[in-house]
Amino acid sequence: MTTKIYIPRDSSALSMGADKVAVAIAQEAKKRGKEVEIIRNGSRGLYWLETMVEVSTDKGRVAYGPVKVKDVSALFDADFLSGLSSNAGAHALSLGYTEEIDWLKKQQRLTFARVGITDPVSLEDYIAHDGYKGLKNALALSGDDIVRTVTDSGLRGRGGAAFPTGIKWKTVLACEAEQKYIVCNADEGDSGTFSDRMIMENDPFVLIEGMTIAGIAVGATCGYIYLRSEYPHALHVLNEAIEKAEQAGYLGEKIRGSGHTFQLEVRRAAGAYVCGEETSLLESLEGKRGMVRFKPPLPAIEGLFGKPTVVNNVISLATVPIILDKGAQYYADYGMGRSRGTLPIQLAGNIKHGGLVELAFGITLRELLYEYGGGSATGKPIRAVQVGGPLGAFLPESQFDTPLDYEAFTSIWAVLGHGGVVAFDDTVDMAKMARYAFEFCAIESCGKCTPCRIGSIRGVEVMDKIIADKNKQTPNTVKNIKLLRDLSDTMLNGSLCALGGMTPYPVLSAMNHFPEDF
Amino acid sequence: MQSLQAKQELNMQKNWCEKLDLLIAEHRDMPGALLPLLHAIQDDLGYIPESSYAQIAKALSLSVAEVHGVVTFYHHFRSHKPGRHILQICRAESCQAMGAEALEAHAKKFLNVDYHQTTADQAITLEPVYCLGNCALSPAVMMDDEVYGRVSSADLDALVLEASASSVKA
Repeated sequence: MTTKIYIPRDSSALSMGADKVAVAIAQEAKKRGKEVEIIRNGSRGLYWLETMVEVSTDKGRVAYGPVKVKDVSALFDADFLSGLSSNAGAHALSLGYTEEIDWLKKQQRLTFARVGITDPVSLEDYIAHDGYKGLKNALALSGDDIVRTVTDSGLRGRGGAAFPTGIKWKTVLACEAEQKYIVCNADEGDSGTFSDRMIMENDPFVLIEGMTIAGIAVGATCGYIYLRSEYPHALHVLNEAIEKAEQAGYLGEKIRGSGHTFQLEVRRAAGAYVCGEETSLLESLEGKRGMVRFKPPLPAIEGLFGKPTVVNNVISLATVPIILDKGAQYYADYGMGRSRGTLPIQLAGNIKHGGLVELAFGITLRELLYEYGGGSATGKPIRAVQVGGPLGAFLPESQFDTPLDYEAFTSIWAVLGHGGVVAFDDTVDMAKMARYAFEFCAIESCGKCTPCRIGSIRGVEVMDKIIADKNKQTPNTVKNIKLLRDLSDTMLNGSLCALGGMTPYPVLSAMNHFPEDF
Repeated sequence: MQSLQAKQELNMQKNWCEKLDLLIAEHRDMPGALLPLLHAIQDDLGYIPESSYAQIAKALSLSVAEVHGVVTFYHHFRSHKPGRHILQICRAESCQAMGAEALEAHAKKFLNVDYHQTTADQAITLEPVYCLGNCALSPAVMMDDEVYGRVSSADLDALVLEASASSVKA
């Protein structure tokens, strides 16, 4: 009997040697005369357990991890192909039934429903796991009705700005134009975030389906995925998936026999963080330097090549299929306050159990860091957490009870952003982190506005003085800290986009919450 | 009389000019063609030689300055020939929280180069990178197109030695 073995092809799993483990298992099976079929699935997102190998049994998949090449022979010795009743259940790497792993079981995976379960590039697998049900419903609806469903779901832009997705679509739908575009912002540059990458590598069809629905809703026949160049694996998976969707009539002309057309193409970015800003992204797609545009006009009205354009983040678009499948209310029933639905949270940095946690809005940082994260990787106390990428505020322990909710974070002068949570232990020097925030802004500034272009460089210089004067009790420190606050004020209020405008978030939060480091 | 090496170089240049024409023909009709074209050139050659700017500019009805402006705006594009392998070390916050700074310092010392430089044996070009999306397994590095997680100094040395030993480009 052939046993199915699942070994992830996700790039984080590969970064822990998943390919080598797959080769070793295939060789060992051959040597022992065992018939196995190795399926390269997506990662479940329990990254500290990668390479996580799953064996299919009558009662569900059984997981082992973290598996290294040197463990393979012992797993065969324990007869791990025969399920938990064999000696394998007692093996040190046995994790039991995958679905019963507490970390996974407690999650509410809507956008990530298939991730880690299916073969990412198998359209059959996608359809067998409820794929393309949303599109089927959308094809029976008018553009207005699709947009209303998305609006009613309460979905807000998951890239970080949290603008209601349905409102954006409505603006584009209302525009008269011979050509409109759907642009997927896949320039996931925030440190501590990888949910876009996981969707693209591990369930690419859900993004393709979401973009197709968006196109049908607003009357756009052409879509681009603007993918960061740091994600070569995602590029290959997306292109393979697009080709398969085209062959099966899910992309191209007359989609599934309807009158709708939607063409999709992946475009590679080129390593500029600022191109995650939507207008800079559009400039880049047009083949120019990624310089931020003035707004208005909004991209929804004059976007790519001057045409009405929906620009949405990967997670926003990948959430659309389940909303169209199960209805707006189903999605809106999750969450708290004005933050409806779920947020794919990424636990990163100095954390013991890092990975992807999708939950309804409302969980507190403390629960995430300790119940899911298991505390720091180094075993030291967690001193600071940066939420929302390099432009997000640093939060001290006293704010760990803040629930993950857009408005709750705004009220403590912080941002949820794209849902990245980066933990730091007590060895972190917050003055250095503030300096880095300016340094990063200086490296990535597009240069169009002065507060960002010059302010970031002056910020590095002032931070260097503060760091040099530390513990010397000189009057200069007081003067320099005042100067830094003035500079931050200018950047906050005078920058053209969020890069310069939000660099003061990490800087000021570090100064306010950790003054002893300055 | 030309030396054999000079002849070879001349041949290579001629071949490259023909190849560039081909890449331009493949891309010029795409909307927003410049970035896809630059990617294709760098994928082929490892960099975008300044000598190609004029040909690109003419084909896309741009000025040479505009092509130069785009190449230099994006961190990913390089206008000088790199080593056989590119090693990128993540400098972003998540990796900093797991000791990236020490890893950077170690790499520079071990390779005896700074960022944007190539080792004396032309094996490795060292580049900084700001997030590889492997943040749950920080610190992370990327050798050519492969990501590595939870990288120790010893892991990095092993990666470098393995790459240096292979003479071909990955």
